[in-house]
Amino acid sequence: MTSTTLQPFLSETGALVERHWQELAARRRLYTVFSLAILILALSGSLWFANETNSGKFLDRLPHLFDFVGDLVPRDGMEIWRAMFDLPSPYYDGSLQYDYPDGRHYITGSFYIPEYFYKMAETLNIAIFSTVIGLFFGFILSFIAAKNMTRNIWIRGMARRFMEILRAFPEVVLAGFFLAILSLGPLPAVIAVSIHTIGALGKLFFEVIENADMKPDEGLKAVGGNWIERAWFGMVPQVLPNFMSYFLLRLEINVRASTVIGAVGGGGIGEQLRLSISRGHEAKTLAIIILLLLTVIAVDQFSAWLRRKLVGDHAFQTIG
Amino acid sequence: MPSLNAAEMERIAAGHPEIFNRSVWRRFQVPLIVAALVLYVFYAWWFFAAGKVFGEANWGIAGNYLADWVSYEIRPDIEINPDGSMRITYSRFDPIGPNPNPDWLEAKREIVSRTIEAPTTAPSTTAPSAPSSSFNFMAGASQQQAAPAEAARTDVRAEEVVTEALVHMGASRTAEIRPNEVVLTRNDERVTLTLDTTAERVTAQGNLPEWVEQRSPGGRVIAYFGLSGWAEISSDRVRVHKRFLGWANFVFDTNSAFFGKSAGEVASLVLSSEHLDPRQSNLSLAWNDFLYNPSWQHLDVWTKLLQTVVMAFVGTLFAMLVAFPLSFIAARNIFRNRPANQLTKRFFDFLRSVDMLIWALFFTRAFGPGPLAGISAIFFTDTGSLGKLYSEALENIDDKQREGVKSVGAHPVTVQRYGVVPQVMPIFASQALYFWESNTRSATVIGAVGAGGIGLKLWEAMRTNSDWENVAYMVILILIVVFLFDAASNALRQRLMGTKAH
Repeated sequence: MTSTTLQPFLSETGALVERHWQELAARRRLYTVFSLAILILALSGSLWFANETNSGKFLDRLPHLFDFVGDLVPRDGMEIWRAMFDLPSPYYDGSLQYDYPDGRHYITGSFYIPEYFYKMAETLNIAIFSTVIGLFFGFILSFIAAKNMTRNIWIRGMARRFMEILRAFPEVVLAGFFLAILSLGPLPAVIAVSIHTIGALGKLFFEVIENADMKPDEGLKAVGGNWIERAWFGMVPQVLPNFMSYFLLRLEINVRASTVIGAVGGGGIGEQLRLSISRGHEAKTLAIIILLLLTVIAVDQFSAWLRRKLVGDHAFQTIG
Repeated sequence: MPSLNAAEMERIAAGHPEIFNRSVWRRFQVPLIVAALVLYVFYAWWFFAAGKVFGEANWGIAGNYLADWVSYEIRPDIEINPDGSMRITYSRFDPIGPNPNPDWLEAKREIVSRTIEAPTTAPSTTAPSAPSSSFNFMAGASQQQAAPAEAARTDVRAEEVVTEALVHMGASRTAEIRPNEVVLTRNDERVTLTLDTTAERVTAQGNLPEWVEQRSPGGRVIAYFGLSGWAEISSDRVRVHKRFLGWANFVFDTNSAFFGKSAGEVASLVLSSEHLDPRQSNLSLAWNDFLYNPSWQHLDVWTKLLQTVVMAFVGTLFAMLVAFPLSFIAARNIFRNRPANQLTKRFFDFLRSVDMLIWALFFTRAFGPGPLAGISAIFFTDTGSLGKLYSEALENIDDKQREGVKSVGAHPVTVQRYGVVPQVMPIFASQALYFWESNTRSATVIGAVGAGGIGLKLWEAMRTNSDWENVAYMVILILIVVFLFDAASNALRQRLMGTKAH
C-alpha cells in the first residue's frame, strides 16, 4: 500500500488507478530489462563466436588495421593518375605492376580508352542493361501480381511466388551458375543481377499499382476496354512516375551489385579491383577505388535529382 | 448542362498554351523513353557480344549441373582387355563406398585361362620403356626390342574374370557389354556397336537413333538414356554415368561405420551398449560421423551460416548504435550548428559511397578472412545509410512536442529524450530491421570475397563444378534463414509500428 501512503490525498478509486498504473509500469520495466538482457547476451555471444571463428583475433589484429592503407601508399602521387589513364610510368621495370599501357583499349589509331574507364563502362552497362531487363519483365509481372488488375487468386499468387523466388535467390549463386555455363565475362553478371532485379522491381511495382486510383480503370471498363487497354491507358499514366523512380533507385543499387559480382568473377571493374588488390598493385588499386567512388556518387546524385524531379520528395524503401 | 461556345474555348486555349500546345518532348515523352531503352538494349547486346557468348555457351552442361542439384552420379568404368576380360573400376570417391557391388550392374564371371605377362622380375626394365621406345623409333626397332621381350616371361593361369557386363539404366534401358560388341537398348530401340580394339574403332550396325551420338566415324559413341544417365563407349572402354535421384551420403559418408545402414539399424546400433569405437559411445560416434561427414561438411556449413547471421546481426546493431547519436548531430533542426551538420552528413555520405565490397576487402586484409571483416564492412556501410535515414527522419518530426517539453524548463538532453525519441523510435527500429533483413542476403555476397560466412563456401563449391548438390544444400539453408528473418523482422516491425508496415 505504498501508493496510498505516498499520496494520502487520493481517494479510494484514485489509489486503485494509481496502483494499477504502477503495476503496469513495473511490468513494462521488467520487459525492457528482460529484452535488453537477451539482446546483450545475443550480442556478446555473437561477438565471441565471430572472434573465435575468425582467422585472426580482433585484439591481435587491431594494431594491423591500417596495414592495408599503408600498403596502398604509392611511391609517387602521380602514379595514381598514370594508372588511371594508362600513361607510361617511369618506374616501369618489366613487372606488370607499373606497365599501365598494357591494358589500353584502342579505338582508332592512337586514340584509346584507358582500361579502367572501359571496365567502369562495362560495369555501368551491366547495371543499366540488367535494370532495363528487370524493368521490362517486372513491369509485365507486376500487372499480373496486382490485386486490382488480376482477380484470379491463382494467377496472382503464382506471379507473386515467382517473383519471391527470383528475389530470394542469392545473386552470387546465380552468377556462379551462369559463369560455369557461359564462361568468365560480364554476361553471367547481367543475368544474375537482372533475375534479382525482376523480383525486386516487380514487388515494388505491384504495390504501386495496388495503391493507384481505380476510377480511370472503371471508366475504361465502362466503355468496354480489355485488360491490356485498362492496364495501358488506366494504370500506366498514373504509376509511371513512381515506376521510373523505382527504376532509378534500383539502378543505383545495381551499380553496386554489378561491382560486387565482378569481384567474384563476373567481369567489369570489380574483377580488376580484386585482381589489383591480390597482386599488390597499389597505384592501380587506388585509381580503381577513386574511379568507383566518383561513379557511385555521380550515379547516386543523378538518380536522386531525377527522382525528385519525377515524384517530388518521396522517401522510398530499398529492397535488398 | 452548361457548355462553352467556340470563342470561349479559344480564349481558354490561348490562355493555357502549356496544356494545349505542349512541346514535342512532353507529348512524346513516354514513346521516346521506350525507344531509347530499346535502342540501348540493342547496343548492350552488341557491347557484351551476347549473341556470340550465348552461341558458344555449353548448354549441355547446364542440364547436368541442374540435375546435379537434386541427384548424383555413379561412374563405373568398364575396361575391356585385348583378351576379352573386363575390369570394372569405380572412381575414387564414389558415393557407394569402397567395395561397391551394385545390383544394377550384372557382371558375368567365368574362369578362363589367361596368358598374363608376369610381373617383370626386375622393375627397372619396365621403367625406362617410355624413353627407350622413343629412341627405338629413331634407331630401328627390332634389335632394341628383342632384349626386354625375352626378359618378360608369360604365365598361363586360370582366373576368374568378368567376361560380360549388363548395366541396367532404368526401366527397359540397358547396356550389354561384351568383349567385341555393345548392345544398347532404350525402350524398343536397339543399337549394336561393334568394337574393334586393334584398329581402335567403334562401328554401329544400322542407323543411329537420336539418343545415340557419334561425332566422327569410328570414334567414341555417346548414348543418352535420359534422366537415368549416359554412357560413353570407346573401343576398349565403356564409361557409364548412372544418375540417381537424391543426395548421396547426406547423413553418413562411406568411411563411417554407419554407412549403408537403414535408419532402424542405425537406431539400434546407437542404442546398443556395444561400442564400435571403444573410446566413445555409439551415439557420439554417429553424431561425429554426421558432423564431420567429408562430402557434406555439415558442421562447417552450419558454422559458416551462423557466421553470416552473426555478421548481419552485429553489423546492423552496431551501425544503429553509432548512427543514433550521430544523426542527432546531423539533423539541422536539432543541432543548430551548420558546420557540424554538414560534417556529419558528409561523413555518412563517405561511409555509404565506399561500397560494402571495398570495406569488405579492406577489413579482410586487416582482420584476415572471417566474420570480423564482414561485421566491420556491414557496420561501416550501414552507419552511413542508417545515419542518413535517421537524420532525415529527425528533420521531419513534429516540433510541438519538443516545445512542450522545453516550456516546462527541461534540460536539452531531456528535451530530446522526451520530445524527440518517442516520435522517431518506431521509425528508427523499423529501418534497422529492414537493414538487418537485407544484410542477411548481402552478407552471402561479400562472403564470397573472403569476408566470412557461407558465401566463400558456396563459391568454392560452385567453382569446382561438381558439387552442385552441396550448392543446393547451402542455398536451401540460406533461403530458410532469410525466410525466418523476414518473418521475424516483419513481426517485430508490426509490434513497434503498431500497424502493418507493408
